[in-house]
Amino acid sequence: MSEPSQVEAARVPLVEVVGMTKRFGALLALNGVSVRLEPGSFHAILGENGAGKSTLVKCIMGYYRPDAGRLLLDGVQHDIYNPRQALAHGLGLVYQHFTLVPNMTAAENLVLGQTHASPTIDWANERARIESFQRNMPFHVDLDARVTSLAAGEKQKLEILKQLYLGHRVMILDEPTSVLTPSEADQVLGMLRDLTKAGRLSVVLITHKFREVRAFAEDVTVLRGGRLVGAGKVAELNDADLAGLMFGRETVFASADRTATKPGKAALEVRSVTTLNDKAMTACDALSLTVREGEILGVAGVAGNGQRELVEVLAGQRGIEAGEVRVAGVHYDRSRKQMRRYGVHLLTEEPLQNSCVRGMSVAENLSFRNFDDGANVQLGCFVRRSVLRRHARTLIQRYDIRTPTPDARLDTLSGGNVQRTVLARELSGTVSVLIAQNPCVGLDFSATSEIHSQIITARNRGAAILLFSEDLDELLELADRIVVMSEGHIVYETPRAAADVETIGLYMAGHRSEREDLWASNA
Amino acid sequence: MIGAAVWRGPEAAVLTVGAVLVALLAFGIFVAFTGLDPFAVYKVLYLGAFGSRFSIETTLTLAAPIMLTALCVVIPARAGLLIIGGEGALVLGGLGSVLAGVALNGAPASLATPLILLAGAAAGAIWIAIPAALRQFRGVNETISTLLFNYIAIALLNHLVSGPIRDYGQPLKPTSWPIPSAFMIGTIPGLSVHWGLVYGVAACLVAFVVLRQTTFGFALSILGGNLRAAQMAGLPVAALALTAAALGGAAAGLAGAVEVVAVHGAASISLVVGYGYAGILVAFVARQNPLAVVLAALLVGGISASGGLLQRRFGMPDAASTVLEGCIFLAVLGSNSLYGRLRFLQSRSAEVK
Ligand SMILES: Nc1ncnc2c1ncn2[C@@H]1O[C@H](COP(=O)(O)OP(=O)(O)OP(=O)(O)O)[C@@H](O)[C@H]1O
Ligand SMILES: [Mg+2]
Repeated sequence: MSEPSQVEAARVPLVEVVGMTKRFGALLALNGVSVRLEPGSFHAILGENGAGKSTLVKCIMGYYRPDAGRLLLDGVQHDIYNPRQALAHGLGLVYQHFTLVPNMTAAENLVLGQTHASPTIDWANERARIESFQRNMPFHVDLDARVTSLAAGEKQKLEILKQLYLGHRVMILDEPTSVLTPSEADQVLGMLRDLTKAGRLSVVLITHKFREVRAFAEDVTVLRGGRLVGAGKVAELNDADLAGLMFGRETVFASADRTATKPGKAALEVRSVTTLNDKAMTACDALSLTVREGEILGVAGVAGNGQRELVEVLAGQRGIEAGEVRVAGVHYDRSRKQMRRYGVHLLTEEPLQNSCVRGMSVAENLSFRNFDDGANVQLGCFVRRSVLRRHARTLIQRYDIRTPTPDARLDTLSGGNVQRTVLARELSGTVSVLIAQNPCVGLDFSATSEIHSQIITARNRGAAILLFSEDLDELLELADRIVVMSEGHIVYETPRAAADVETIGLYMAGHRSEREDLWASNA
Repeated sequence: MIGAAVWRGPEAAVLTVGAVLVALLAFGIFVAFTGLDPFAVYKVLYLGAFGSRFSIETTLTLAAPIMLTALCVVIPARAGLLIIGGEGALVLGGLGSVLAGVALNGAPASLATPLILLAGAAAGAIWIAIPAALRQFRGVNETISTLLFNYIAIALLNHLVSGPIRDYGQPLKPTSWPIPSAFMIGTIPGLSVHWGLVYGVAACLVAFVVLRQTTFGFALSILGGNLRAAQMAGLPVAALALTAAALGGAAAGLAGAVEVVAVHGAASISLVVGYGYAGILVAFVARQNPLAVVLAALLVGGISASGGLLQRRFGMPDAASTVLEGCIFLAVLGSNSLYGRLRFLQSRSAEVK
């Protein structure tokens, strides 16, 4: 690959994808999809969960070998058999998850990605090169900061910077903004748009968020069931057109009205819980909160302020240093018996990491809560797989999980369908306490509205719901009461009716309340 | 990857058979370099393993303990533990059975023999449960600790048989007190193969059913597949892991007990002939599937059985069969990277679903 200094002048190629087709067994995941990406354009790809968006990207990037289809760069056909070749042609991919090395500095990460690695590194030289490169960029990252100390938005910027430094002139982003707050997302995407406007880059953005498409993209391509169902200029299509193309029907949005319930007894109590993060530093500091029956308590906060650790405590994945969790008035030991007895269910983020087994089938993953329960067991110890499978079929239908069979491995499902699988498992039982963490990240909006209505329905039935979300709009829509979590503390509380976005934002950003003294003494 | 939960049937079988063929090819090249005719060697290999009634019986006798030590890898692997302590557990099983046999002197054999086997299994179970507990509660890597436990077990054996439980009537090599000869088990009627083969095959069948069909096996698959998912499901993670390790240890301990009551009649360094390590090989060749363990153990048992013949006929070093086993092990591990890459297998396995 060429040296970065030369690459800065490199042209952005015209990219044409022609008739891309990919089959998985009996499933036609991509069916003759063509996309044309003019140099310097910002192109969005839309589609419901399982439409084939990630598959298209993986075919372009050489992760999958397509069954048919061609990739042309500036009109010349290129066969791409592995990701390295794609990178060498200047195609770069940014995932939702970071691929940076956490314990190294930003500068080290930039150097690390180069494929022309020589056995020794001339740091002074590399450093000078990076600095001159960064001067030409519309945004900057502190080169000496360790990646671990960067916020999600900064990391995503560094990721993009790395792609540019490596000389990639076509950047494909697969749901890049789900780890970012809306303002971080706007910043990152805005910056990419500036680069495209300046003709230095072409961008393909995969997203479920219409807002982002509208604000940043010029062209849009819509996939459904592996086929291209529409394409055009964003400016010429309205949201209803796009939704119509995505779902292929008049979309009926599930919606449930919140009934006026009076919050009942305390169902879930977190009492002065202190817990440590992975680096053995305090993540939650004597934190207390109470969720009542028939109430949704929303927890707002910037990621990394102890929310994840608190969810892990409630899920039984992390130890408690001090304090206690109580459910229905009794000590909660996070055992299977108690989970079942008190109907405690969890929707955690990143299901493949946190709540599922990739190598087990969809049907098996659907039965983690009840495989050892009543009718699913015979002779005391044998799992009745036929019953589990039948149960799975019902859930697959009810929750609209797109899978060829209940026996397919879970990791062959699209991201959104993995999430639906967890949803089906967790919401289909008797739910008295539900802990949900960013439950709609990565879901298309028909699924999002479906989940929202499910959450409201559960609440109306009297369940206590603790909802962690980085999406303030979601909290304002769903929660009865909102608290803000910052640096391991609850720093603000408000009923929804009185909620004010600006005040909440202020506390999320670290504004300190009257509890300041308390913090200082704990620090 | 260990503990893969979905048995990707046809694909796994084709890959394994292919890997074994590749390994045979590599071994043939190795043989050719030593100046011998590879096809003549293959032929003798086959004859020595399966060519006659005698060689088949030798193969079966050697395969029996390997089936049991392979389970010491397979069962814990389901829970996500990579245990390579089968050799040590086998030794402990042998010692346990000797002590039980001596203590039960005078009891009726129909009572004593099952108790002796049980004692061997219990000793192996405890032996492997210890490193599993260290892993569970102290974060000690179980692979390293079980490897070291093998050395401890052998040292313990040497210590006991050269002093505390030594039978001074055996001047040639340090040997433990013998168990009463009435407690020895004989051979399967019509075969000169001892009953250990039946125990080995039965244990593999039981393991298959337990891992595939029971709630316990299901819970182990969740744990081995993703610890965090198991925690979220509220499963008793520590108890499951310890039980799986103990069951594996019990299988290897039983192998040691059978070697005592069916072959040696006492414990000595003769117990340490590498059955434990062969079990690791077999577990991986069988891709952690207990039924496939039976077949893989026959393969490895056959290679060992023909070792002597290769030596006599061609003057090959006795390490030759180890080289072949090593080739198979590497080829099978290497073939794992081909999962999902071979197109003709892809569509096939999708149809079979
Ligand atoms: N490796 C695989 N084996 C079998 N089927 C697969 C595999 N990868 C994807 N699929 C199937 O292909 C279809 C398209 O999946 P893809 O991941 O491209 O969807 P997506 O549009 O990215 O959806 P999402 O928005 O949910 O991420 C899905 O039905 C999925 O089940
Ligand atoms: Mg996707």
